[in-house]
Amino acid sequence: MTGADGTACDLFPLAAAMPVPMARRKRTMTVAKAGATTSPLPLAGEGQGGGKHAPPSVRKRGREQAEFAATAVPQPLACSLTTFAAILIAMTVSSPTFAAEIPLNERKSGYEFMGPESRAMQDDDSANPASLWVLDGEALWKRKAGTASKSCADCHGEASDSMKGVAARYPAFNASRGRPVNLDQQINICRAERQQATPLPLEGKELLALSAYVARQSRGMPINATIDERTRPFLEAGRTMFYRRQGQLNFACAQCHDDNWKEKLAGSSITQAHPSGYPIYRLEWQNVGSVQRRLRNCITGMRVDNYPFGANELVDLELFLMWRARGMPMEAPAVRP
Amino acid sequence: MARTLINVPPKAKKGEVIAIKTLISHEMETGYRHDNVGKAIPRDIITQFVCTYNGLEIFRADLFPAIAANPFISFFTVATASGTIELKWTGDNGFSQTETANITVE
Repeated sequence: MTGADGTACDLFPLAAAMPVPMARRKRTMTVAKAGATTSPLPLAGEGQGGGKHAPPSVRKRGREQAEFAATAVPQPLACSLTTFAAILIAMTVSSPTFAAEIPLNERKSGYEFMGPESRAMQDDDSANPASLWVLDGEALWKRKAGTASKSCADCHGEASDSMKGVAARYPAFNASRGRPVNLDQQINICRAERQQATPLPLEGKELLALSAYVARQSRGMPINATIDERTRPFLEAGRTMFYRRQGQLNFACAQCHDDNWKEKLAGSSITQAHPSGYPIYRLEWQNVGSVQRRLRNCITGMRVDNYPFGANELVDLELFLMWRARGMPMEAPAVRP
Repeated sequence: MARTLINVPPKAKKGEVIAIKTLISHEMETGYRHDNVGKAIPRDIITQFVCTYNGLEIFRADLFPAIAANPFISFFTVATASGTIELKWTGDNGFSQTETANITVE
C-alpha cells in the first residue's frame, strides 16, 4: 500500500527531511510533484471512521503506523540529494498561489469516477436508497412541530418551488450568526426560531431526511454559493484549511484532491472532492450522510484531531469546496461507493 | 412501518416481460457486531421476501446477514392479467410488512 519499498521519493521522507519552518510553510507545486510521483499514500482514507461494518481495527492501525515508521527512516544518499534539491527549488518558488489547482474545465464529479453499477443506482430514483430518506423528508416537511405548531410547508409552501436551488447556494451567510451556516444548520435555525422546536441532532436520521429532501429540489442546478465581502473571510479560512498540512501524517487535502485525483488510494479512486451530491447514500456506510461526515472521514484518515459536527472549521471548508465546485450540477442525493 | 419504494409498471401489454423493483428501509443488523462496551448487538434482519401476483406466488427470496442495509430487490415477471401484485417482507423481531401495487394488462 505504501512506498515502503525504499524508493523513498514519496511524501514522508520529504516531510521528515524538511526543517520545521519549511514543513509548516504552505505547500507548493514543486514540492508536491517532486515528492509524489506515483502517490503512495499510506492511509486507508476510504475505510476510516464509521462504516456500518468493522471500524478501522487496531491491527490495521498498527500496520499503518509501522509503514509510516518504515518510510520515515533516513533514505539512501542519492535520494536525499534529490529531496534536498526539491526543497531548494521549493524555497526559491515561494509563491503563495497553488499551481496545482484543477482548471475549471477539468473538474469531474465523483460520479465520473464510479463504476457503471453505482452510476445506475444513482440515476434510477427507484434504485437509489437515498430516495427512502427523500420520502421521509417529504413527510417531515409537512409535519407540524414545536410550540408554534407549524410545519416547514406552512411557511415555505411546496418545496418543489420554494426550495429549488436553495441547497446549491449553501453554506450561506446568516446575519444573526455573523457567519455562513450550512443547510443542516439552517434547517435547525428554522426549527428553533420559527417552529420553536428542539433542534434535530446533527447527522440524525430526521435531519438527513429533511436535507436530502431539500437538496433533491436542486438536482441539476449549478452550484452557486454566494461569495461577497461577508462570506469571503470564511471562504479564505476554508481555503487555508484545504491547503494546510496537518495531522500526524502532515497532509493537506490538496495533496490528494488537487494533485493526485487521477490516482488510486488503497484501490479506490481518490477523486477531486467536489461536494455536488450531498447528502449522499454511501454504500460503505449503508446509510445517508452529510458532507461533514465525509470530511470527518478524510480528516480521521489524515490523523488530525477531528472537528465535531457543525464545527465552524468544517463549515468554512464546506464553503470553500462549494466555491471550488461552482457551476457544477447538483446531484443530490447521490450514491457513492 | 418501514419506508418502502416500489416500482411496478402501472400498465403492460399481455405477455410483456415487466421489471419489479423494490426498496425497503431496514437496518439489516448482522448479529456479528458488538457495541462500544463489547456487548453483542442482536441480529435484526429481514429473512424472507415473497411476491404474489393475483394470489399466485411468482418470486421468493431468503435473506441472510450478509445482505446490506435497505435491501433492493429487483426481478422480472410476465404480465398475464390485470390485478394486484403483493409484496411481503418478513424478518426478525416479528417484522412484517406488506405493500401492494395494481397493474392493468391490456
